[in-house]
Amino acid sequence: MAGSTLASPSAEAGAPAAAPAATGRDTWRRFRRHRLAVASSVLLGVMVLGVLVGGLVWPVAIDEIDFSAMLQGPSPQHPFGTDDLGQDLLARMIYGGRISLAVGFAAMLISTLVGVAVGALAGMSRGFLDSALMWLTDLFLSLPQLPLLLLVIYLFRDRLKEVFGVEGGVFVMIVAVIGGLRWMPVARLVRAQFLSLREKEFVEAARAQGAGPLHQVTRHILPNAIGPVIVAATIEVSAAIIAESTLSFLGLGFPPDIPTWGRLLFDAKDHLDVAPHWALFPGAAIFLTVLSINFIGDGLRDALDPRRVL
Amino acid sequence: MGAYLLRRLLIAIPSLLGISLILFTVLALAPGDPFGELATNPNVPPEVRAALRAKYGLDDPLLMRYLHWLTAMLQGDWGFSFASRIDVDDLILQRLPTTLFVVGSSQVLALLVAVPVGILAALRPYSLLDQVANTLAFVGFSLPTFFTGLLFILVFSLKLDWLPFVYNADVAATGWRWYWEHLRQAIMPIAVLGLFQAASYTRYVRAAVLDVARLDYVTTARAKGLGEGAVTLRHIARNAMIPVVTLVALQIPAVFGGAIVTEQIFRVPGIGSLLINAMLANDTPVVMAVTFVFACLVVLFNLVADLLYGWLDPRISFR
Repeated sequence: MAGSTLASPSAEAGAPAAAPAATGRDTWRRFRRHRLAVASSVLLGVMVLGVLVGGLVWPVAIDEIDFSAMLQGPSPQHPFGTDDLGQDLLARMIYGGRISLAVGFAAMLISTLVGVAVGALAGMSRGFLDSALMWLTDLFLSLPQLPLLLLVIYLFRDRLKEVFGVEGGVFVMIVAVIGGLRWMPVARLVRAQFLSLREKEFVEAARAQGAGPLHQVTRHILPNAIGPVIVAATIEVSAAIIAESTLSFLGLGFPPDIPTWGRLLFDAKDHLDVAPHWALFPGAAIFLTVLSINFIGDGLRDALDPRRVL
Repeated sequence: MGAYLLRRLLIAIPSLLGISLILFTVLALAPGDPFGELATNPNVPPEVRAALRAKYGLDDPLLMRYLHWLTAMLQGDWGFSFASRIDVDDLILQRLPTTLFVVGSSQVLALLVAVPVGILAALRPYSLLDQVANTLAFVGFSLPTFFTGLLFILVFSLKLDWLPFVYNADVAATGWRWYWEHLRQAIMPIAVLGLFQAASYTRYVRAAVLDVARLDYVTTARAKGLGEGAVTLRHIARNAMIPVVTLVALQIPAVFGGAIVTEQIFRVPGIGSLLINAMLANDTPVVMAVTFVFACLVVLFNLVADLLYGWLDPRISFR
């Protein structure tokens, strides 16, 4: 708790022994001070809830073709309008949003896990393994990501479709590739944290008591390094959502029958003059999701980074 | 300077080799056989197919194939485009200047916006200007380039009819008119890419200036009686640019990624749109070559950033 200011000393004094709970409350108090982050959490919550249960509230088929209602603007029958086949855009966005968000979270999990593993290994090992891992990290950092992402998808999409089916294959591939190409910032961050933490007195004390490296990492070092990792992981979600949308927007991500938000933009871009709503709704959805995740990340940085306590 | 340059070049070679190894591994692991069509073609006897495979070295060990591929790439023998019916290196050389022009101008625009705004915001932290700049920066890098591109087309081409939304490499006009037409069609791609980068650069500049402005030597400069302008430009800004160069260099792969998207939206005939079109047309030699060119460009610009770093920071330079 060192370094934090007490907003209400009496409340803190009431719970002297509950350190973890107080830390959580302290974090929440600092997060709450970032108004945009709180507003963003509410917005993101609404959007996640919307794509999760929206299908129950708005049970319209995503592939119901209606040529009498082509390219219509927003109306009571179709709140977000229709596309060039008369399909309801709200229903398509609810379905696609689920996949866009799922890709974002899954890719974040992969990149964070790989990043923490590489960073921890490099941070705990001195000498050759450390330099080799950091060389690999720097190499991956200087790879042109989008071209490589496109290349892998271009070369492997047919094989994966055979193994996992159309939808699953594309999902597995996109998540693996985005996650596999974005672990480097987390790895660098974790290594830097480990390098300073492993020399701290409390880790030394644990070592003196005979704690093995694994015990030191899982019980002493990692819990203290986790704050910045959470912040970085938050930003990874938005980066992965943008990456998936970019792939779909270029026509190389999900196929047309899986209308992720990026794919909707790809289909809409040739009809901008007659049906601007078709591009505006999914584009705004991507923008608001990414913006709110970035603001939440900023709020978490204020809340979790003890050096930044005001 | 010469020795420094040479050393940076020598450091760039292993990373280029590493990148080429990754590219080749991806290619070698990929399913599919370049002579797959011949196998299903009943008119081609199996012996001919086997002879062809042996001729192109497809049955060699993996390391041999990598060395063959690498020497071919280094000699400029990049294969033949199935879709365009010309050599891949000619195709890329035709397209490369456009990409470099768009990417270069957008970086200049980004820095022209980000450096002044970042410095001003950091000199008055938590002022109204700082808060507005910070919020706009968040909005800026949360807006994906493909969406801003569509918004720009919608507003400036379709509603206002000010700017063309298809990039035309062969402008028919001559003289001043030629420059004017080129500028007009380049405004939107450059602005989309530049403003996106400007948003993140502004935050880097602000953070770097904030770090420097608190240091003792800045107080000393003020105590000597230097004017605020001189302190800001000569003492704060120059030193704050050092970490910014590193962060900008780290962004270079993302910049080329953004270039692919912008080129595709505005149909700019650069190597980014070439890559996408080649993928949609299954034109593998072009796909491999363009990816390799992108990798080389990233390494090249990292080298430029290293040199800039040495120029900005005399403490580390040219040792």
